[in-house]
Amino acid sequence: MIGRLEANAAAPVVVAAPDGRRGRAVWPRVRATAQAAVWWVLSIGLVVAAWEAAAALGLINAIILPPPHEFIGEIRNQAQFLMPAVGVERTGANFVALTAIAASVQRVLVGLFLAFVAGVLTGTLAFYFEIVRKLTLPMVTLLAPIAPVAWIPLAIVAFGIGDWSAIFVVFVGIYFTLTLATVKAMTNVEPVYLDAARVLGASRVQVMAHVVLPATIPALFDLVRMNLFGAWMGVLAAEMVGVNTGLGAIVMVGRQMMNMNLTFLGMAMIGLVGYLLDAAFGQVQRRVLWWRRATAL
Amino acid sequence: MGTLTCAGVGKVWGVGTDREVVALEDIDLEVRHGEFVVVIGPSGCGKSTLLKLLAGLETPTAGSLLHNGRPITGPDVNRSLIFQQPSLYPWLSARDNVAFGLKLQGMGRGERKRQAEEFLRLVGLRNFAGKHPHELSGGMQQRVAIARALCVGADVLLMDEPFAALDVQTRYQMQSFLLDIWQGSGRTVVFVTHHIDEAVYLADRVIVLTARPGRVLDSMPIDMARPRSVIGEEFDRYRAHFVGRLREEVARAFQEQELVEMLDTRIK
Repeated sequence: MIGRLEANAAAPVVVAAPDGRRGRAVWPRVRATAQAAVWWVLSIGLVVAAWEAAAALGLINAIILPPPHEFIGEIRNQAQFLMPAVGVERTGANFVALTAIAASVQRVLVGLFLAFVAGVLTGTLAFYFEIVRKLTLPMVTLLAPIAPVAWIPLAIVAFGIGDWSAIFVVFVGIYFTLTLATVKAMTNVEPVYLDAARVLGASRVQVMAHVVLPATIPALFDLVRMNLFGAWMGVLAAEMVGVNTGLGAIVMVGRQMMNMNLTFLGMAMIGLVGYLLDAAFGQVQRRVLWWRRATAL
Repeated sequence: MGTLTCAGVGKVWGVGTDREVVALEDIDLEVRHGEFVVVIGPSGCGKSTLLKLLAGLETPTAGSLLHNGRPITGPDVNRSLIFQQPSLYPWLSARDNVAFGLKLQGMGRGERKRQAEEFLRLVGLRNFAGKHPHELSGGMQQRVAIARALCVGADVLLMDEPFAALDVQTRYQMQSFLLDIWQGSGRTVVFVTHHIDEAVYLADRVIVLTARPGRVLDSMPIDMARPRSVIGEEFDRYRAHFVGRLREEVARAFQEQELVEMLDTRIK
């Protein structure tokens, strides 16, 4: 019954255009995207307009709170991105700010990937071998609540100033939580799935590989995605405090040089890139975990 | 082959704790090769437990179970269990679900695919081979589950109220469909249900269990030629017989339930 209902929901909707022609199946999606875009523009536009108006009318101090057209224009002063304090090398590209963005994004992705692999691995071992579970889980449970930011001093001491400190901060932010979540998710796999496999002759290892793992990966993806913003903030915090390159560093340089334009520009870029990362992740989820289309992703 | 024997089988849950429950007691049962046996009884009488014991997913606390004369010690590919709730893997297509048992045995992909499609054709879902469970209706999912069990060559099919979640119309279709499959394949079927009509329609023999603790109350062969008509005097007589048998047991199951609940609240 449910399958039939959902099959109908997924069927292409044919919409008659005003002039009587029948639109193609893609039209409703395009329209939905366009509608969403309009609301985005309105929402952001309102804030921008209010800000510009307030600045123009002298209601706010334009030095402390520069209006958008000023701080976005700051992107033209790219020389400051090259200052030694920021530590960004000029690449062949003309747009140097990209290097900073690339650095931050790279660190967060590498950190997430390593944490995912290590977390699922540790969790799987802890689930499968009882002695591993008993030995590791208490320690992991204790370390999990430590905020990524608190790991920064240790990271800098261990890895120095550079990529690996930032990656480490991302890594510890997710690794422990993911390990615990893996064990929990595996313990909660529907018993009927396990029984079905056993009745079809599966050994314990086969049940692990062919049922437990595929059944839990979606939940773990969800967890990584939920922690994406936390990881993003962790990277930025690490960059601000010690790593000295990347988007976080740009914001800090702005503060140190009392260049509010730079600070706001940095914030705007951080917000935009963070959002794009999340959206990209959602797309990957949708492709890889297509069988969950029935329940919204 | 496909014969099953239960000798003095008993099952107690929570042995040694203060929540001991005797699910089954002293079950003696013989199922012959190719027979279609239906087990009915009130809720909580241990019908599902009996199937789990036969499947090898649980071990009895008393007595022994034999499959083809050999003791049942664990799940085996020759005794397939079809569950009440959906048990297909959502990340696999219908074809891959049916081929799952073969994959576990290490069969190559091409051969697996071919055999899976053969069984999908048998259950009338050849055109849905690439679909995923969430794209199939409940009845279709159960058909895929049956194909999956048949594909690994099980000689005994254990079915735990497989049509309970389906609407009445689909259920009637599935009953006819199941009989066709059974008659065509010659497997042994042990089918659990609490629908008397379903039992009389399908079974060679109906076994009635008492309320908890489940014991065999009655074992009655259904002597009607197939295809059977649900309307008519013969059917009514069989139905009346089982309704009478079960009425007492259902009342007792209810009372027992109330007693258990009362005790629970007192203990808390």
